[in-house]
Amino acid sequence: MDNFSILIGGQAGYGIDKAGLILARLFNQLGYRVYIYRDYPSLIRGGHTFSIVRASKERICAHRNKVDFLLALNQETIDLHKNKLKAKGIAIYDSDVVKADGLGLPIGQIIKEENAPEISRNTCLIGAFAKAAGIDWPAFEAAIKQNMPKELEINLKVGKRGFDGARETVKIEKVNQPPLPILTGNEALSLGLIAAGLQAYVAYPMTPSSAILSFMAEAADKFSLKVLQPEGEIGVIMTALGFSYAGTKAAVGTSGGGFCLMTEGVSFAGMAELPIVIIVGQRTGPSTGLPTYTGQTELHFVLNAGQGEFPRLMVAPGDPEEAYYWGALALNLAWQFQIPAFILTDKTMAEGGFNFDLNSIKEVKEAALPKRAFPGDKGAVVKINSYEHDGSGLTTEDAAITKQMAEKRLRKGNDLAEELEKYESVKVYGNNNASTAILCWGSNKGVCVEAARKFGYKVIQPLVLSPFPVKQFEAAIKGVKKLICVENNSTGQLAQLIKLNGYSADQLILKYDGRPFDLDELEGELKKWL
Amino acid sequence: MALETQARNNWCPGCGNFAILNAVKAVLAELQGEGTSPDDVVLVGGIGQHAKMLDYVNVNSFYSLHGRALPPAEGIKLAKPETKVIVFSGDGDAYGEGMEHLVFAAKRNIDITLIVHDNRVYALTTGQVTPTSPQGFRSRSTPGGNLEKPINPLELVLAAGATHIARGYSANLPLLKKQVKEAILHKGFSLIDVLQVCVTFSNLYDHYNKHVYELKDHDPADREAALKKIREWDYNLEAPIALGTFYKTLEPAFDAEFLKALKPAAAGSRPELIKEVLKNYV
Ligand SMILES: Cc1ncc(C[n+]2csc(CCOP(=O)(O)OP(=O)(O)O)c2C)c(N)n1
Ligand SMILES: [Mg+2]
Repeated sequence: MDNFSILIGGQAGYGIDKAGLILARLFNQLGYRVYIYRDYPSLIRGGHTFSIVRASKERICAHRNKVDFLLALNQETIDLHKNKLKAKGIAIYDSDVVKADGLGLPIGQIIKEENAPEISRNTCLIGAFAKAAGIDWPAFEAAIKQNMPKELEINLKVGKRGFDGARETVKIEKVNQPPLPILTGNEALSLGLIAAGLQAYVAYPMTPSSAILSFMAEAADKFSLKVLQPEGEIGVIMTALGFSYAGTKAAVGTSGGGFCLMTEGVSFAGMAELPIVIIVGQRTGPSTGLPTYTGQTELHFVLNAGQGEFPRLMVAPGDPEEAYYWGALALNLAWQFQIPAFILTDKTMAEGGFNFDLNSIKEVKEAALPKRAFPGDKGAVVKINSYEHDGSGLTTEDAAITKQMAEKRLRKGNDLAEELEKYESVKVYGNNNASTAILCWGSNKGVCVEAARKFGYKVIQPLVLSPFPVKQFEAAIKGVKKLICVENNSTGQLAQLIKLNGYSADQLILKYDGRPFDLDELEGELKKWL
Repeated sequence: MALETQARNNWCPGCGNFAILNAVKAVLAELQGEGTSPDDVVLVGGIGQHAKMLDYVNVNSFYSLHGRALPPAEGIKLAKPETKVIVFSGDGDAYGEGMEHLVFAAKRNIDITLIVHDNRVYALTTGQVTPTSPQGFRSRSTPGGNLEKPINPLELVLAAGATHIARGYSANLPLLKKQVKEAILHKGFSLIDVLQVCVTFSNLYDHYNKHVYELKDHDPADREAALKKIREWDYNLEAPIALGTFYKTLEPAFDAEFLKALKPAAAGSRPELIKEVLKNYV
């Protein structure tokens, strides 16, 4: 088996996420590349949670809907997902509470005998899986030791009972490949910002971006970061702009709802020419929507947010390496051009687990502070203003100055577009000579690139959405006769954006049920348009 | 350094804002004489007649949005803790649109001075009712008279955690100067609610002159006494109106605590440290 998937499920609060991560790390150590899809409700306890861990010899950024192992801590997991189990697949479950065909272990009983806490049922279950998958005990033991340092002894005991109670069904072989870190998009993005010299992170919690706030708070000591959680998103962006005015490189992060509140601050940053990085992690909307599910519905919202006209950078990375690289670049470019810079992610990217290869990323050096005065500089008076203002920052309503300042802002936008020509703002993958191309953005890149391989298609991924990289897009689209646009929304927002720039998509493949495309599903959709 | 700017003043003649402007300029000059460079001062304003202060004083300034003077002031203070941050806000700005920020800045006790130009009317938008307008106030949005009772902003910030609470009056410049200086030197969140007369939309000179008096024999360290004095006038009914410092206490300021908790960066460059962090994710 060199490409396999495991679904592990149970109730929220059962430690499903942790168990999924341990499995991913185990395969990682065995030399596989992994991807974790996390599906959980907006609840702390109760409700159904599952993770799909996929492993492959090659790099992957998407999950499949057919699995080789179905690991169930409750009946619901079997009932909901048994149709995903391949014909030769095997279900492994707690026979004390689950009725199914496959490999059942009395996990409840084992826990009682070992006097172990309820929460360790997951360890027992993955112990049984390890045996069933032909993984040797030392490899599994090492994974538990690494990931459960707290209650180690009891987890090892319970894991061993699971291991010994199961039988080998297949043999997952080691692959000769060094392991790579497994990161979420949020973590990679945070590190990219830090690499480019971030000094302050300000946020109000909102899924799927909350984990950035926790990550930054954890990393604050190591990197001397100022991390702050104000009273709401309006306070967040305006506090961050206070940092920015004072010469402290700041970023904020939220989701669509929190970003609604930030829009007055976005416009302010445009007028006052204050650099700031704004992360918008998309989830299923409108309104509160499905808080823990995905979507790509804020492209035009973010593109147009804030009254008035002013330049902005907007990027949508498609995997953690791109999140790291473009996060760093966004901070640099925000400061170079004194503009708001947006990073669009979504739940799939933000909270999914991916291998992360730092060595594959071009180095981004921290940009120097712009040559302008900051408050505190000797003899300098630094006045910034939300009103239209003259060069010294004093309020004006003069027609000539108003026009001049508007043109100054326009010029910055043009300069930014020119600067972006230095970077790969539109990426192309797959068969470069194909006359059919898939157009996608953000987290759909992974699934599109993999699906395109099967069909011999080209994939075009604009990483920069504003200013739209016209030249690079023109080059990418050359020779394409059929353009299929794949998006997680119901209206085709990227398709609309390219239309504004004079291009059109021939087909739209849209998914808007809160779930990302899995590979099999997208392949099925693409087949329809052959 | 001259504190004047090129900007033409366009407040109405007789506006109470002039007193605040004069008091602030006098205090900044005094502080400069005592060693606080204007380079280390940042003025922050919301939007309203009050915020024009920023155009009229030649000092670093952040002319923010309506209701949003305090959040950037907090960012500036946390970015540059040596800075004296002075915020000008209106009764609409601070007690209406920006109320949540006021409550939280007071709760954090961050070392910022907030001067509210409390004319009890929206002056810039030409005369609508505000959170401190009295009941029955006839305004351009309440032609039949205001149905709501005003809030008492001093009571509100006392409950929220402010450590320096004062009331001034635009017709008492000597007291105002003293108050502005005291508030700037206070380590913690200070509010001066200035009864600032708007001659055009709510001319309360006669009313105030009849009722104001300066606090005497009041111990501002006594919270109970402070609350009692603060409640003497509810911004609504006719009552004696005390001017002066109601409450003053020293408690840990947020900015100081925040910086105490902030660690210097670990040894090594950021790329090196990032590689180190990544080891925990394999
Ligand atoms: C978000 C927003 N809403 C409304 C306005 C319009 N506006 C400008 S100033 C103001 C009221 C000002 O009242 P106050 O804060 O008391 O200041 P004053 O003019 O009385 O000094 C309003 C409502 C605005 N600029 N921004
Ligand atoms: Mg007012």
